[in-house]
Amino acid sequence: MSKATIVLEVLRYRPEQEQEPTFQIYESEYREDWVVLDAINHIKDHIDGTLSYRWSCRMGVCGSCGMMINGEPKLSCATFLRDYYPDPIRVEPLANFPIERDLVIVMDDFMEKLTSVKPWILREHEKPISEGEYRQTPAELARYKQFSMCINCMLCYSACPVYALDPQFTGPAAIALAHRYNLDSRDQGRSWREQVLSTEEGIWACTYVGTCTVVCPVDVDPAGAIQQAKLSTTTDWFRDVLMPWKGR
Amino acid sequence: MRRFERPVPTLWWLKRRAYFLFILRELTAVFIAVYLILFLILLYQLSLGRQAYETYLGFLATPGMIVFHVVALVAALYHTVTWFGLLPNIIVVRFGEYRVPSKLIAGANYVPWIAVSALIVLILTRG
Repeated sequence: MSKATIVLEVLRYRPEQEQEPTFQIYESEYREDWVVLDAINHIKDHIDGTLSYRWSCRMGVCGSCGMMINGEPKLSCATFLRDYYPDPIRVEPLANFPIERDLVIVMDDFMEKLTSVKPWILREHEKPISEGEYRQTPAELARYKQFSMCINCMLCYSACPVYALDPQFTGPAAIALAHRYNLDSRDQGRSWREQVLSTEEGIWACTYVGTCTVVCPVDVDPAGAIQQAKLSTTTDWFRDVLMPWKGR
Repeated sequence: MRRFERPVPTLWWLKRRAYFLFILRELTAVFIAVYLILFLILLYQLSLGRQAYETYLGFLATPGMIVFHVVALVAALYHTVTWFGLLPNIIVVRFGEYRVPSKLIAGANYVPWIAVSALIVLILTRG
């Protein structure tokens, strides 16, 4: 019996030989327990070694293998072929990013935005190591834990029409991570981050379409984080105006 | 190396159901704005006296205006209900590790909304 196969229409872009991307049809082996990344790896290993794409962990942790699968931003390692079989699957690089080659996008913009919000613990004064670690209660952890699950896969940027239309927008993941550190009891960088977040290109650019949250593979809810950041920035502003003697 | 930038199609908002519902939601604001303008004109006509006010009421009773008001009401309801649905993602109430469930936060908005609406209906029907 011949092996079952599935058709993958893969967007290819080879800048040294073509002006625009074109679709290439591949017929990959099909197995019920295969994900789209398995089929792409099969193509790379057995059909066309020139196909370029990013991947690493194969288990939804590293966030490298995000692709548009039938127009939806998804992790290709978590998208089963059987959910599409026997129909063909269209695979494209993540939307809203420039294409570098085939399924590889240019992610510099995201990396810059991510670092711009300083997603790490900021302290006004570090306490000496001799005083021990910064301890946290389970309740303090619960405040930010959901937002700390982000794997930087950029699916949310691909789903965001605001980012598509206004590439200056800081974007869902970066803001969600900024919010994560603002909520962290060990962090003291909130007023610093607000200078980046509370701008027209920051939280106020978001119109709450909400698709970033829908596509997030790890349930971070970036849209919720952005609206919560709007709320806390606004209350901070009112507090500064009404009670200027109360420092933060 | 040369990179390829994909243009955003003009009809991007038709590409996903969620985008379309979002645009629809944004458009409801137009109907609400027009309704408020009509309402402000109503107050202005009231200030001009009974004659002007009743002429304006006559205009509001024309079929076109009635259809507009029905559409504006549907738009306002759609906007309100979807907004209440989104609120639990924005307003996070915690007691220690416990987070107040979404339905309770959303429900807490429906109660005053219905109460105020009922009060308005009561005032209008009594008069």
